[in-house]
Amino acid sequence: MNLPQELQYTRSHEWVRREGDVATIGITDHAQDELGDVVFVELPEVGATLEAGNTFGTVESVKAVSDIYAPVGGEVVEVNGSLEESPEKVNEDPYGEGWMIKVRISSEGELLSAADYEKVVEEEE
Amino acid sequence: MAAAKDTPRRTPLYEEHRSLGAKMVDFAGWEMPVQYEGIQAEHRAVRERAGLFDVSHMGEAIFRGPDAERAVQRLVTRDVSRLDVGQAGYAAVCYENGGTVDDVLVYRRAEDFLVVINAANREKDLEYFRENTQDLDVEVADESDFYALLALQGPRAQEILQNFTEVDLPNLKYYRFVEATGDGLRAIISRTGYTGEDGFELFFRPDDAAGAWRSFIEAGATPAGLGARDTLRLEAGMCLYGNELDAQTTPLEAGISFAVHLDKEPEFIGQEALRREKETGLRKKLVGFKVEGRGIARHGYPVQSDGETVGHVTSGTRSPTLGEAIGLALVAPEIEEGFEVVVRSRSVPARTVPLPFYRRERR
Repeated sequence: MNLPQELQYTRSHEWVRREGDVATIGITDHAQDELGDVVFVELPEVGATLEAGNTFGTVESVKAVSDIYAPVGGEVVEVNGSLEESPEKVNEDPYGEGWMIKVRISSEGELLSAADYEKVVEEEE
Repeated sequence: MAAAKDTPRRTPLYEEHRSLGAKMVDFAGWEMPVQYEGIQAEHRAVRERAGLFDVSHMGEAIFRGPDAERAVQRLVTRDVSRLDVGQAGYAAVCYENGGTVDDVLVYRRAEDFLVVINAANREKDLEYFRENTQDLDVEVADESDFYALLALQGPRAQEILQNFTEVDLPNLKYYRFVEATGDGLRAIISRTGYTGEDGFELFFRPDDAAGAWRSFIEAGATPAGLGARDTLRLEAGMCLYGNELDAQTTPLEAGISFAVHLDKEPEFIGQEALRREKETGLRKKLVGFKVEGRGIARHGYPVQSDGETVGHVTSGTRSPTLGEAIGLALVAPEIEEGFEVVVRSRSVPARTVPLPFYRRERR
C-alpha cells in the first residue's frame, strides 16, 4: 500500500496535502484499490463551501458507489476537471493526477498521520 | 430460514482464488471472487478471448422417479416435454399469483432432470419444489454439493476446451449438453452461459474442479469474477434474480416470455395468473435504457416521468464495452421513449433502447 508520509489522512480514506492555507484532497491508494476500476467521479463546483466531515462528492467504480468526505472545511478553489474524462486516474495515480479538489481551509477536521491511518486500514482487514 | 448463515460457504476452488489474489466478497452466503485483476479487464477478456468463472455456488436440484417430468412440468414455465434428452431450457418458477420464485435452467437427462437454481434461492426453491410435488412419485434431491460449476466463456472458449476433451465441440449446439466420460476431462459439458458470448458451462465433480481450472488458465483463459459476470450479463440483457425478477414481478413483466409457455398442458403453477395478466395487460414492464446525462444509474434508483415516480432501476452500470451508462428498469407500461433516473436527488435523463445492449457477431 502506497502511503506518502508527508500527507494527512481521514478515517474515511481521504488524503490531504497542505500548501499554505490551501488543502489538496483525494482518496487514498487503499480506497481506490477497494473500489476497483473507477468510472465516474462527481465533484462540487468551484466556490462551493464544504464543512469538515460532510460528504462533498461521489466516486463510482463499475460495481460500487462511495461518498467522499471533506477532511477540512472551506471554500472549493479548484476542481480536477480532467477526472470527468479520465476517472481512471484515481486508480492509476491517487496521490498525483487523481487529486480531486483544492480547498481554502477555514476550519479543521479530524486528521490522522500516515502511521495512524495505516493502523485504521489494518484494523479493517 | 436456513441456519448457519454466519460462516460463509466456500467452493472447491476457494484456494485457487486466493492464490490468484482475488478480492473475495460474501455473495448469498458464499465467499466468492468479485474480481482478480479488475472488472473491466476481465470483462474485455471474455468479449475478446476467453474468461473462466467459478459459479459453483449455483445449486443443482435433481428430479428423479416415475413422475419426474410431471413434477418439473408443474413447477416451471417452459414446456419441458419439448426438450430432447441432452437439451437444456431456460425457465421461471412461479407462485400461484405469477410472482417469480426463481429463474432456472432445466437439463433433460436420460434418467432424470437436473435443474440449476440460484445460490440465494437454494433452500427456498428446494422447499417449494418438494411442497408442491408431494402427491407425485418423485424424489427431489439437493445435489448442489456434488457439482463444481465452471463457466468458460468467450470467442476462444471452444478452442481452449477442445484441448481437453474428445467431445466434438463444433457439433454441440447452443443449449445442448453431453456427459464427457472416458479419457480427458470428466464433466457435463453444456453450451450455455450468462455473458452473451459463445461458451460452456461445465459441471465437474468437486475433486476434479481445481485441476481443470488450472488447465484452462494455462491454455489461455482469464479468471473472471462475479463483477465481470454481472456487467457481461447486463450488456447481454439477461435477468438477475433479486434485481429484475422477484416475488413481486412476473416473468412476463421481466421480459422473459420466451421462457413461458402459456398454452402448456398440464399447467404450471401460476399459469392461470400469467394468462390473465397477458389478457388484461402488464402492470409493469422491463426496459433497457441509456443514461443521457452525467451519472450512472444503479439498482434501486427511482425512475420518474413528468415528476411522477413510474418505476425503478433494477440493474445499472457503466458498460465496459459501450463506454456508456446503461441499465434495466421496471416501469409503468405506458412509458415509451424516455424518462428520468433520480441519481442522488438529481434528475438525469435516460432514453429507452432495444435489448440486448450488446450482441456478439456470429461467425
